[in-house]
Amino acid sequence: IFLWCLLISSPPPPPPQFGAEFRRFSLDRHKPGKFEDFYKLVVHTHHISNSDVTIGYADVHGDLLPINNDDNFCKAVSSANPLLRVFIQKREEAERGSLGAGSLCRRRRALGALRDEGPRRRAHLDIGLPRDFRPVSSIIDVDLVPETHRRVRLHRHGCEKPLGFYIRDGTSVRVTPHGLEKVPGIFISRMVPGGLAESTGLLAVNDEVLEVNGIEVAGKTLDQVTDMMIANSHNLIVTVKPANQRNNVVRGGRALGSSGPPSDGTAGLVGPPAPRVLQNFHPDEAESDEDNDVVIEGTLEPARPPQAPGAPAGSLSRVNGAGLAQRLQRDLALDGGLQRLLSSLRADPRHSLALPPGGVEEHGPAVTL
Amino acid sequence: MRRFLRPGHDPVRERLKRDLFQFNKTVEHGFPHQPSALGYSPSLRILAIGTRSGAIKLYGAPGVEFMGLHRENNAVTQIHLLPGQCQLVTLLDDNSLHLWSLKVKGGASELQEDESFTLRGPPGAAPSATQITVVLPHSSCELLYLGTESGNVFVVQLPAFRALDDRTISSDAVLQRLPEEARHRRVFEMVEALQEHPRDPNQILIGYSRGLVVIWDLQGSRVLYHFLSSQQLENIWWQRDGHLLISCHSDGSYCQWPVSSDAQQPEPLRSLVPYGPFPCKAITKILWLTTRQGLPFTIFQGGMPRASYGDRHCISVIHDGQQTAFDFTSRVIDFTVLTEADPAAAFDDPCALVVLAEEELVVIDLQTAGWPPVQLPYLASLHCSAITCSHHVSNIPLKLWERIIAAGSQQNAHFSTMEWPIDGGTSLTPAPPQRDLLLTGHEDGTVRFWDASGVCLRLLYKLSTVRVFLTDTDPNENLSAQGEDEWPPLRKVGSFDPYSDDPRLGIQKIFLCKYSGYLAVAGTAGQVLVLELNDEAAEQAVEQVEADLLQDQEGYRWKGHERLAARSGPVRFEPGFQPFVLVQCQPPAVVTSLALHSEWRLVAFGTSHGFGLFDHQQRRQVFVKCTLHPSDQLALEGPLSRVKSLKKSLRQSFRRMRRSRVSSRKRRPAGPSGEVQEGSAKTERPGLQNMELAPVQRKIEARSAEDSFTGFVRTLYFADTYLRDTKEIQLMHRAPVVGILVLDGHSVPLPEPLEVAHDLSKSPDMQGSHQLLVVSEEQFKVFTLPKVSAKLKLKLTALEGSRVRRVSVAHFGSRRAEDYGEHHLAVLTNLGDIQVVSLPLLKPQVRYSCIRREDVSGIASCVFTKYGQGFYLISPSEFERFSLSTKWLVEPRCLVDSAETKNHRPGNGAGPKKAPSRARNSGTQSDGEEKQPGLVMEHALLSDERVLKEIQSTLEGDRGSLNWHSRRAAMGCSLSNGGGGGSGLECSCRMCWEGMGGRALAPLPWIPQGPTHALMTWKAPCLGSVWAAGAPRPAQGDPELSLCVLQQSEWLSVQAAR
Repeated sequence: IFLWCLLISSPPPPPPQFGAEFRRFSLDRHKPGKFEDFYKLVVHTHHISNSDVTIGYADVHGDLLPINNDDNFCKAVSSANPLLRVFIQKREEAERGSLGAGSLCRRRRALGALRDEGPRRRAHLDIGLPRDFRPVSSIIDVDLVPETHRRVRLHRHGCEKPLGFYIRDGTSVRVTPHGLEKVPGIFISRMVPGGLAESTGLLAVNDEVLEVNGIEVAGKTLDQVTDMMIANSHNLIVTVKPANQRNNVVRGGRALGSSGPPSDGTAGLVGPPAPRVLQNFHPDEAESDEDNDVVIEGTLEPARPPQAPGAPAGSLSRVNGAGLAQRLQRDLALDGGLQRLLSSLRADPRHSLALPPGGVEEHGPAVTL
Repeated sequence: MRRFLRPGHDPVRERLKRDLFQFNKTVEHGFPHQPSALGYSPSLRILAIGTRSGAIKLYGAPGVEFMGLHRENNAVTQIHLLPGQCQLVTLLDDNSLHLWSLKVKGGASELQEDESFTLRGPPGAAPSATQITVVLPHSSCELLYLGTESGNVFVVQLPAFRALDDRTISSDAVLQRLPEEARHRRVFEMVEALQEHPRDPNQILIGYSRGLVVIWDLQGSRVLYHFLSSQQLENIWWQRDGHLLISCHSDGSYCQWPVSSDAQQPEPLRSLVPYGPFPCKAITKILWLTTRQGLPFTIFQGGMPRASYGDRHCISVIHDGQQTAFDFTSRVIDFTVLTEADPAAAFDDPCALVVLAEEELVVIDLQTAGWPPVQLPYLASLHCSAITCSHHVSNIPLKLWERIIAAGSQQNAHFSTMEWPIDGGTSLTPAPPQRDLLLTGHEDGTVRFWDASGVCLRLLYKLSTVRVFLTDTDPNENLSAQGEDEWPPLRKVGSFDPYSDDPRLGIQKIFLCKYSGYLAVAGTAGQVLVLELNDEAAEQAVEQVEADLLQDQEGYRWKGHERLAARSGPVRFEPGFQPFVLVQCQPPAVVTSLALHSEWRLVAFGTSHGFGLFDHQQRRQVFVKCTLHPSDQLALEGPLSRVKSLKKSLRQSFRRMRRSRVSSRKRRPAGPSGEVQEGSAKTERPGLQNMELAPVQRKIEARSAEDSFTGFVRTLYFADTYLRDTKEIQLMHRAPVVGILVLDGHSVPLPEPLEVAHDLSKSPDMQGSHQLLVVSEEQFKVFTLPKVSAKLKLKLTALEGSRVRRVSVAHFGSRRAEDYGEHHLAVLTNLGDIQVVSLPLLKPQVRYSCIRREDVSGIASCVFTKYGQGFYLISPSEFERFSLSTKWLVEPRCLVDSAETKNHRPGNGAGPKKAPSRARNSGTQSDGEEKQPGLVMEHALLSDERVLKEIQSTLEGDRGSLNWHSRRAAMGCSLSNGGGGGSGLECSCRMCWEGMGGRALAPLPWIPQGPTHALMTWKAPCLGSVWAAGAPRPAQGDPELSLCVLQQSEWLSVQAAR
């Protein structure tokens, strides 16, 4: 039996310098041969023998799985239905979007992002791979946040420093239609020397915390805010009202005009639902960075269960017999007499703990048959 | 891009939400915390209990319940139900009086407060002048006589509480009308007793604490009779015919005084000290009740010999030469006797003694020889021994229900056969639509089975695991059994016994399979018992197996308690749940998770060291897995770090305890010793203020993998699903995992084991891809199976700052469409909020605040039902029941009518009996649906082949009935999958057993997809990862049983090969 393979060199998005090419060829499903031969065949078919590539295939779930040894090559061929989609990528690119579970889906998402925010993303590709750069903590959304406030993103990526600050309860004064009003607030109470928060210089003691990752903290307890910050600690964005208002960013032109947004602080918080205001927050980044749960396969050493013997072939019939006994017993469970007979047999002192478990089972069929 | 879609305002969905969700706190089950007053209305046959937090609760026939709360939150010191009226007057410890009434609204009665009143003395008078000591509602129901500390008796008109100053009976007025010889003594202290003449409403009796008793003519304002006793007066009883007074005194004596016009000598007819001759404690209340037979009942509280029995809480009953001192384990608040209700009847003819003790209500049948106690239909003392865990099982099959009741009835043989005597009012609540069990585990090693179907939480059966173990005290030893000639004739009554012999016996986890009758119970010292329901008593040895969860880990030494010593020989067990296997975890740490799969006959258990899987059919350990983390072990090797953390946690718990004590003291209104407590509260206040000045800080730090690592297994879950190979998920947000669930191809949670076999659930969709839901304290995540790739998530903590404490899947029925319902997650957070999160899209639906966030024990005790209700402890002895569902709502609805209840007494069973016919008046279609499976499922218990055949025959039978159509089709489908022969149940079982026997343990390199049996366990907090494991069940047969284990920090998947 032959199967058809559709080869697409380099998966979407197609890098400009390496356009998509398609090849179609067939393999024997039952004798797929060695991976090395297959690799040579692929490289040869595409005339790319000079470059280093990785080969992957799409499994039934649409996941991109690697082909890099004889075993997974066999598996790939056997899963062809009847067509097998094989993807070839330049090695350096392949490393960026690592092969494995869910990577196809993620790529689709990345495509969407590309459409939305095209220019910025393409710029990334032009200058090089993101791993060459380290994002740093920064003040973000300057154009959205009132001048009296500051939205700070603490970027912990690749940084060993502790986040390093403390928060406390306090009272702050708000301007309301009824005049000044004291309301409870959350404040930064302490910086850990040498911590990330201190080293950025963007946060200071007595700054009032207004939002955590776009969620207002008004009405929340200190413990709630603590939990929110820790839950977001991999990509923490806090909006504060700095205690020291002299270092505020001054926006050109608009800042002086009376038509600009009121800068007393309350107005900035009333706007549209907070998360949308977070312009520079990219959940994609955050999640692909650190929030991806690790799935480890085959971690459990199955040979070790202490009580279950290695189940040699001979034991098959025996255990089956026990299963039969169980079923029999279950079927007769309403018959109290037999049940008791069984249980009394079970309580036979010979079946005490001293016996190896196997011994008990061996007795199982004998009891019932 | 789904994550960017915010829950928009979809009007259709909003309307549907209103049809599905609704939050109500419906009823409080159990015994009121800190009761302080008792009242009873003979005409309404309603009992009233007041508490120290200002609540009043009224109870009549089972299902008739009312609750009211005083705004002031002060302790209720007295309750008086106005004779013949649906009204009651309460006195609080702030000296205020409140009038409550039961008003009929919309067909049901409601309890509401009408008026309140505080007695004011003349300006400048001492506060004690108006401090009320006794309240006497006059039989006219228009006047209240108020005895005070000053000795004056004030008169207040009802219902407006208008003080009638001109009618005040001042102590001076009484003094002037006394004969010379009585006047010289300082007789006027506070008023201790006020009684109305049983026959003549114009005479009242006033007893003063120094020993003077006068009978006062209300119309003539004169003293008719006076009696002087040498002892301090405690209370007085006026015999029904008005010819005899019985006074009781502080020295433990009581006196009889004849009331006759010729007797001018104020000498007692008879005076005696029942428990003399040595000094006795005061008799605080006495009743003298006449009977048709002639010999009276004398019932009094206290009076025990001071030296040897002064600490007992006793009520003595003397009748016809018999005398018994009922000995209560907690302080007696008050008591009353149920007698002939008609005031005109010649005799009292007492039928039952009702005693309100601090921790329980006890009713004693006085008509049956031996005076046996009466079983309570409500007001159960949930906290007889402290509750340590609870487990709810919905929709119990009738057969299991009956067997449990039968087992329980044999335990209740010592109860009186008398019908519940307090039967006022009519319950309008429809009969509960299904049978629900609430199981509570207790500190003393017992499990109590409560009927939680309706308004009354009733004890069905009590299981004790103590017999399995050797304990210091032999349970057979009966402490209350005393010789005939014992004096005083004490008899222990009541069930409240807070003293546990051994804390290691405490029950920590319960798991009941309602179809098979298997029960697994796990306790504090690592003991896991598997029990089976047996209708007859049996003598059997419990097989003991040890599960070494450390698996030869070196360098670890357990420093906690030792394991319990189990009895080796055969033990006799009562009918009911009888243990047959004991799995002892080593080290014997608290069992933190438990799961039972009765179809596969497996029990899984986890502790802080690891988890294990045990086959209780073959009595064989399938495997164990140690979950101690290497870094944790390092810490364990060095004893210092361990000690340090222990110290720290101890310190924290002490701090928490102190805090809760402070807050509870503040909340709790002061009792009799109120001033002392007030003083201490005052001294604490400045301390609290100082604490507020010092800033409370919280450190913001990302969690690291090591800092919170523990291996404690929180959740274990069995599932029959798809898994490819062994998988482990490490949740990188490192929050403890609190729940797991597998959704089938239609995103419906997988049914319980045996549920499909009993035709109570559609068989799960095994065609589409399954999804795994993992709930950590901070996030909800959905993974696809079998690949375990992340699909969806809801980051609760990041959005709201709240953490998940409890999560459970529940079915929410619509109140409009009878057959429409959705499965969602009910979630309780650490803030005490209850939320509903939708499945499978994880969208928050509704949120209600339910429990105060400071109420840590309330939050910890919460348990959800499968139909959107729940319970949590509001005090050690009370469950609050709440409902999130519009459809499943259990709340009291009852009618009390003063006119009707007067001649209610004969045929009192009529009220509740009527209810079922009213039960379902809507949706005849659904009636048909319910009834038909009813026949089958009522009797469906595991292993009943006849039933299985019956199920099958109904399947093959007429397919006309519309509502059944889909279910039947599904069932048929599973049958054909199973291979045709026999019933579905048999097939699947056979496949299981074969699978267990046949396969090797090693995972295959490439596993074709197929349904997989898996057990999932859940391991708790720390590094927040999850493992899933499983072996496949290829479509062409040759299935394999596999097991999946989730840890909090790691998700382990294990093959359960045998």
